[in-house]
Amino acid sequence: MDTIRLYRSTIGKKAVMAVTGAVMFLYVVVHMLGNLSIFAGPGALDAYGKFLRDINVVWPTRFGLLIAVVLHFIAAYQLTAKARKARGRYEHRRPVQGSYAARTMRWGGVVIGLFVVYHLLDLTAGVLNPHGVHGEIHANVVADFQHWYVVLAYAVAVVALGFHIRHGVWSATRTLGVVTSQTIGLAVAVVICAGFLSVPFAVFTGLVS
Amino acid sequence: MKLTLRIWRQHGSSGRLVEYVMDDLSPDMSFLEALDVLNEKLILAGEEPVAFDHDCREGICGMCGVMINGVAHGPQKATTACQLHLRHFKDGDVLTVEPWRADPFPVVRDLVVDRSAFDRIIAAGGYVSVPTGSAPDAHALPVPKPDADTAFEAAACIGCGACVAACPNGSAMLFTAAKATHLGVLPQGQPERYQRARNMVAEHDALGFGGCTNTGECTSVCPKGIPLTTIARLNADLLKAHTTRSDR
Repeated sequence: MDTIRLYRSTIGKKAVMAVTGAVMFLYVVVHMLGNLSIFAGPGALDAYGKFLRDINVVWPTRFGLLIAVVLHFIAAYQLTAKARKARGRYEHRRPVQGSYAARTMRWGGVVIGLFVVYHLLDLTAGVLNPHGVHGEIHANVVADFQHWYVVLAYAVAVVALGFHIRHGVWSATRTLGVVTSQTIGLAVAVVICAGFLSVPFAVFTGLVS
Repeated sequence: MKLTLRIWRQHGSSGRLVEYVMDDLSPDMSFLEALDVLNEKLILAGEEPVAFDHDCREGICGMCGVMINGVAHGPQKATTACQLHLRHFKDGDVLTVEPWRADPFPVVRDLVVDRSAFDRIIAAGGYVSVPTGSAPDAHALPVPKPDADTAFEAAACIGCGACVAACPNGSAMLFTAAKATHLGVLPQGQPERYQRARNMVAEHDALGFGGCTNTGECTSVCPKGIPLTTIARLNADLLKAHTTRSDR
């Protein structure tokens, strides 16, 4: 296996993006399912968090994700730079016909990246959280989503993530040589969005307190 | 019918759009015939005619192709510019006509671009090395019908460059994938299959084309309707070439 030579090709870089994207996607699915434990009654979310810390998966996961994010970003940056140089500049150009999701992959990725920074400062470090007590996840979440602007910020980020996943799932599978339909990407994106949005809306509307 | 053509004129390194009003056109003319009429007028007036590439004018050679209002080969799906007839435009339309634009496709003059980059990609592996001699017996080498169909669909690529012109990444992956697929699914193409994928993609990248992001712009303007699935097939071959094959 000649990894270096593979990585030099555009398809090799895309494969890196596909694999690291898949790693982050799996994390997102687990994260979403974990969030839903808030509906299992008071204390369930805090217990889930304690369980994760007790089995020592938190730091290995963070380390793995950090590597995935860095590789995903570097490959995206290099491919974007190459595409910028290669593409033609027209006096009159029709807007890209492909899906909105396909068009916004790059800036959508930046939006998600910035959101992750805010999200870590909010619910991981607690610095930007109105409650901000380590281990009191449920209370932190409830304190957050009392505010419409926090709900809005999360909603925008989750929708951006949905678009990224919609094109990402479809494109990544094709990069790895498997032809899938766009419907699969769309279905997965809708489920992820619904799962993540349910928590802020449940708190904001008072279903969870 | 009347059309206003805003045509890219370039001689040397820079160019600009020049407006020509044509009011004696027939809707039965092809788009290239409208350019012919314009050029005859320009020649009579002692001006330089508009340079544009064309050859068969039957939609099968791949020589012609311009951006018409930002769409490669114009608004008619699965049609080359030579087979696009003026009846598809409205009387009085204003059309911006530009050459293919991509870093590896430098403009030679007006609407003519240098597409030698495609020849270089073909030279890197878009062929089958065979001993020449007398023609083999028909059906000496059985080809399953689905494989023959896939190969034929990809082989329909005429190498016009519309895929590159339309791509937001300036990628020639649809062209490269069509050529690699047309040979790669047939038995004659098997011995060099993975070497071909590796060499053609390496040449594609080295020539300065961008990477594919599966936006599908290419296939939507392709006059031969080459499907995007050819790119997934090439991706699979390339990854296999680099991960499991030793013949590098």
